[in-house]
Amino acid sequence: MTGLLEPALIVVILTNLAITASSRLAFGIRLVATQGVVAGLMPLVLSPEEVTVRLVVIGGLTVVLKGIVFPRLLDRTLRQAAVRREEDPPFGYKASIVGGVVTLGLAFWLTGPNRMPLPAPLASPLQLPAAVFTLLTGLFLIVARNNALNQVLGYLVMENGIFLIGLALALEEPLLLEMGILLDVFFGVLVMGVAIFHISRAFDSIEVDELTTLKD
Amino acid sequence: MIASVCHLFLALVGAPFLLSVINRTKAWIAGRHGQPWLQPYHDLLRLLRKGAVYSRTTSWVFRAGPLIGLAAVLTATTLVPFGQARALVAFQGDFIAFVYLLGLARLVTVLAALDTGSAFEGMGANREVWFSALTEPALMLSLAALAREVGGNGSLSLSVLHLGMSAAVWSRTGFVLALVAVAWVVVLLSENSRIPVDDPTTHLELTMIHEVMVLDHSGPDFAFILYGAALKLWLFAALFVGLLSPVKTGLPGVDSVIALAEVMGVAVGVGLVESVMARLRLPSVPQLLIGACAISSLAFLIERHGVLLP
Repeated sequence: MTGLLEPALIVVILTNLAITASSRLAFGIRLVATQGVVAGLMPLVLSPEEVTVRLVVIGGLTVVLKGIVFPRLLDRTLRQAAVRREEDPPFGYKASIVGGVVTLGLAFWLTGPNRMPLPAPLASPLQLPAAVFTLLTGLFLIVARNNALNQVLGYLVMENGIFLIGLALALEEPLLLEMGILLDVFFGVLVMGVAIFHISRAFDSIEVDELTTLKD
Repeated sequence: MIASVCHLFLALVGAPFLLSVINRTKAWIAGRHGQPWLQPYHDLLRLLRKGAVYSRTTSWVFRAGPLIGLAAVLTATTLVPFGQARALVAFQGDFIAFVYLLGLARLVTVLAALDTGSAFEGMGANREVWFSALTEPALMLSLAALAREVGGNGSLSLSVLHLGMSAAVWSRTGFVLALVAVAWVVVLLSENSRIPVDDPTTHLELTMIHEVMVLDHSGPDFAFILYGAALKLWLFAALFVGLLSPVKTGLPGVDSVIALAEVMGVAVGVGLVESVMARLRLPSVPQLLIGACAISSLAFLIERHGVLLP
């Protein structure tokens, strides 16, 4: 039963490509939220026959956190900072899409047959490439964007990627561990939101370039 | 064979009609009456009856441009399958020939534009080449993905791809085909200079791309260019429905009628897009085209890695 799995993975890949191409921050927040919800529901899609309370609780918590709480927090930060888009990133948007496609090829190559040993056969051969691509996209966003909010989005995308890789390698993770990770991410976003607010107060912008002018 | 010849004539006669369909769709949305259905044919006849004016600064390149361009597009027409029949000419690798015949048509149009020495036309040529350089990978990659998907043993013939298409293929690999379809919508709009890439109705504005290259052509030469452009629109519409539409009955005549209706449907779709969208700002057009390339690369990579098991 993987009828929904591959479309879901393709949605994840497409959101990655769209995030690398979009300059509007509000749209980026929506995209990351969509990706988080799709990734959060992935365990349920993977094994629809054996839906346990555990899976439902974790899936539900992930959806609420990534689909509702994070977008609200980030939207609020965006309003306070009064920024709508990142105009001039160090790595331009057209080049970023090309970079995204190259990264996608890299992800497919890295996870190719006989290159990455797996504990068990996967439900879909697309699962691992999509997960690695999401991880690499997050990393790419953190490196290639100058705007603090975009970097937070990169962090969230990377977390989605790690979640998907974990899902591909081990479906049964301890409940405590998953909860711990979700809590960490939640506080991470909360603290980064506050930090961005302070950066915007201090510099009238949330470009992290400004931080280089700091002196002690 | 006879069906293929009939389809070729259908393309030659029906191509300008697509422009009418687009125009009437836009008029209908805007609440206007629109031009007469046969207006494109009248325009072509009017231009053919006129004489041509040639600037003294132009050479034979300028005169050869429209002729070679139309010849290349006509040759490409013989490669495109339609209905239930194969194309008139079908051989291994003909889709590469198809793409480069259209490339040749573009090359001679660009050369003719540069030959006039007008800075204005040079600017149009620049944009045309820049955008087509971005749509070509999208078209080639998605054709390659289709060839692996539908053609079975890596067949690179448009006719084989056309005959291999069925509802079963869609149910097996619908999402790869959906990605290809999205990329092709962008390619179709861009290659035929439609909104949101180019606005075919603007004249003498700094935003236009294709129109600006052909400003100096007149009379029969201009008729050839207009007819070639209409034929190109028909080609892309026929390719789109021929390679992606699973609706097939197996009866030759019925399939031709269905395919014709689908091609008209594509024209209505183009009209709808033009009614609801504005032209994109010039700097954001490459982003759209690179996005189409990214989507077709995704389709190709998924296909390449044998993700879809038969």
